[in-house]
Amino acid sequence: MFIFVALLLPVVALLAGRLLRPQMGHDTKLRPYECGVEPETDARERYSVRYYIIAILFVIFDVETIFLFPWAVIYDKLALFGFIEMLVFLGILIFGYIYVWKKGALEWV
Amino acid sequence: MPTDLHYLAILPEIITAATGIAIMLLDPFTAPQHKGRLGWLGVAGLLAAGVAGAAQSGRTMTAFGGMVQLDSYSVFFRWLFFGVSIGTILISLQYLKREGVHHSEFYALVLFATTGMSFMAASVDLILMFIGLETVAISTYVLAGFKRSDPRSNESAVKYFILGAFSTAVLLYGIAFLYGQTGSTRFDRVAEALSAQGPSAFFLVGLALLLVGFGFKVAMAPFHVWTPDVYEGAPSPVTAFLAVGPKAAGFAALVRVLYSALPDMENHWGDVLGLVAVLTMTVGNVAAITQSNIKRLLAYSSVAHAGYLLVGLVARNELGISAVLYYAVVYALMNLGAFTVVVIWSGAGETRVHLSDYAGIGFRYPFLTGCLSLFLLSLIGIPATGGFMGKVFLFAAAVQSHHVGLVVIAVLNSAVSAYYYLRIIVIMYMQEPAAQVPSVEIPVPAAVALVLAALGTLLTGLYPSALLDLASRSVLAVR
Repeated sequence: MFIFVALLLPVVALLAGRLLRPQMGHDTKLRPYECGVEPETDARERYSVRYYIIAILFVIFDVETIFLFPWAVIYDKLALFGFIEMLVFLGILIFGYIYVWKKGALEWV
Repeated sequence: MPTDLHYLAILPEIITAATGIAIMLLDPFTAPQHKGRLGWLGVAGLLAAGVAGAAQSGRTMTAFGGMVQLDSYSVFFRWLFFGVSIGTILISLQYLKREGVHHSEFYALVLFATTGMSFMAASVDLILMFIGLETVAISTYVLAGFKRSDPRSNESAVKYFILGAFSTAVLLYGIAFLYGQTGSTRFDRVAEALSAQGPSAFFLVGLALLLVGFGFKVAMAPFHVWTPDVYEGAPSPVTAFLAVGPKAAGFAALVRVLYSALPDMENHWGDVLGLVAVLTMTVGNVAAITQSNIKRLLAYSSVAHAGYLLVGLVARNELGISAVLYYAVVYALMNLGAFTVVVIWSGAGETRVHLSDYAGIGFRYPFLTGCLSLFLLSLIGIPATGGFMGKVFLFAAAVQSHHVGLVVIAVLNSAVSAYYYLRIIVIMYMQEPAAQVPSVEIPVPAAVALVLAALGTLLTGLYPSALLDLASRSVLAVR
């Protein structure tokens, strides 16, 4: 029964939407959304691949801080065990940082 | 501090992961001509992990809140994986230099993948199993594209990544269904809930998605389509690793899930896997006949061998699982060996991978071709080789549980496979060589791997009882 409803619901919803909504073509509807600002160039622009590395590194060290916060909040309860575990976690990331640094990924050539 | 962590239970994995990290850390400080040393560091780490694993054999304990189980089963697979990874590194040392991609990240990635494979075999929890699988998958995506400037290597990596990510999602969806129905990701709790509730629709959907996910990972038909392209484009040592390591790890985890978590649905998965086994063997063998590229041929052969392994799973008895373990080892030996010859003979840029490139080299390179012939005969299942004994055990187990039809099809498939394996031997020994037979040098580490694989193939064929005993003792932990 659940499966039946689960399958039926999106089909009905999409079909009803298609039949009921007013069809008005308009150019602005097809344009990329730029927070109300008139788009100046094509959205598909080429940019340096280096941003990709920076973004990935940012995500890694950003996630690191996410893990640091809850750890800090209950630091007293975790005591020495939590401290050592965190050292291991940070150690692995710091090794990664050294690796990335020495490999020159942080330099903007 | 939680009391049931037991770090000692995962000591081998800690060693492999730490070695991997050490290699990455040392890499920027190592001169380009000395990168090989880091490969040897990887081998040393794997040996140390193997010793640590040996020290634990015979002990049984669960660790990390019942996520990891240290038992003879996980110890068995750990050794297999460490062996496979050592073999892969031995083959790659010279290969990476030859292809001009000697970066020590290769060794680090192999070690990370090994860590993941080990965890897959040792996990008794769906989440840990999934993490292990992902560790293997992500490392191997990168390894498949290791020759960055080679478009085929890139193609291989992208295909593997997209299909792998997709199959991972399917697998995770299956895990979600099982968790939703049972409220636990631990195998024993899932099994309890299953026997209490009976196989409801949720269990069936969960099982189906799980099988599809694993089907991609171990290349069962009809989820094998990525195999030839990925295996052809990936650097040959990586292909050897992919065909052996992650496949065996997939089977290790699959056996654990099916027998420990879903034993009460064995009629369901038994029937499905029976059909899949027939399909996998037939598709693999028939498609291999028409191949002219040796890497593609071995890719389809690896699909077919996944089918043979499934026969042992379908048998659903103790001999069946021990035969799967036995065959996993034998298959690792003969396939790794065959790929070692492919790696050596293919030459710089992997230009000689066509079957016609093997014409008439039989008497020029007796060592290489002799070894390759042995591995091919073992892949067919000719007596006195490990492949023969492996098939005997697999098929005997299936006959024991009255799957005679399946065994007939499997034997017919073995006969079909003889055609394309023997064809390579015929090409090597009975055809006229090209006007100029290129000269290759056989690097020492690869030769060592080759000799070990050949010895292993022969020993498992002539004295099967030692390995079979070990395998059947390891099985007791699962059932």
